[in-house]
Amino acid sequence: MSSKDNWKIWEIFIRSRNGLSHKHVGSLHAPDAAMAIKNARDVYTRRSEGISIWVVPSDEITASSPDESEPLFTPADNKVYRHPTFYEIPDEVGHM
Amino acid sequence: MKDQLLQYTLRLGDNALILGQRLGEWCGHGPILEQDIALTNIALDQLGQARLLMQYAAEQKGEGYTEDKMAFFRDVTEYHNCLMVELKNGDWGRTIARQFLFDTYNYFFYTALLSSADERLKDIAQKAIKEITYHAQWSAEWLIRLGDGTEESHRRVQESLNDLWEWTGEMFMMDEVDKAMLEAGIGVDLNRIKEQWDQKVSQIIEMATLTKPEDGWMQSGGKQGEHSEYLGYVLAEMQHLPRMHPEAEW
Repeated sequence: MSSKDNWKIWEIFIRSRNGLSHKHVGSLHAPDAAMAIKNARDVYTRRSEGISIWVVPSDEITASSPDESEPLFTPADNKVYRHPTFYEIPDEVGHM
Repeated sequence: MKDQLLQYTLRLGDNALILGQRLGEWCGHGPILEQDIALTNIALDQLGQARLLMQYAAEQKGEGYTEDKMAFFRDVTEYHNCLMVELKNGDWGRTIARQFLFDTYNYFFYTALLSSADERLKDIAQKAIKEITYHAQWSAEWLIRLGDGTEESHRRVQESLNDLWEWTGEMFMMDEVDKAMLEAGIGVDLNRIKEQWDQKVSQIIEMATLTKPEDGWMQSGGKQGEHSEYLGYVLAEMQHLPRMHPEAEW
């Protein structure tokens, strides 16, 4: 099929249950959004994995650059006080 | 009456089984990975429906019959599927065209079967109707894409429709089995299905910018066990393993 180039890549997000957020599950080829949904249904939800599908053209996603990972992420490494671990949770609160 | 119900069950089961087997041939050969998966999913759905119907047929037959014996130890003349489902897949366009013509039929057929007086057939229809609805949407959408696609896809899918047309009439022909089942409230009125099918098929073909072929002379015989040269090859591939090793288990 010569027109395979028309089949762009889509990122697929599936919501597995009500109340949970959509999660990235992978990517696939499709010529347009409608077929991307159908393909995602066949590729990713055959075993009851989901109740809702989002499809996003891969080239619409802006990603952080690996080169920037030091300035972006390492400053958080030595700031343990940003984690909520410095107080005790009363028993009455139960599971948080 | 008992024999007619068995025959009726087998006609439905054999349509599902043989079309599932044919579609399975696409596994690993789809035009693109995603469509390979989509089509083999449909094939698996067909096999699932075939299993339910073969189980029911085997129970009716008794004599130690099982679903496997029904599928693997009947010969060509004992198969009752419509001829169209045993035809070769051809290219992607032809597979889509056949699937569209059959899925649309199946959709109206199983919708009507939901009110069958036979509890088992009614249950099976309830299980199958959701996936059949999806199949009908899927193949209609593809027919529109190919018809309203490139010059080549339009030409190929139009040729496929023209070639397949003479095989569509059989789906609506009512013989004594169909009539008896309809009278008993078990079966479906194929004249009514033909009206619904004509309307839907015309609508989708128009959306696909294709031309609906004229009804002319129609092939028939499959439902009564007279098949084309192709079914023997389909069965040979499907049956050779269990026939060579009848006691084999997974």
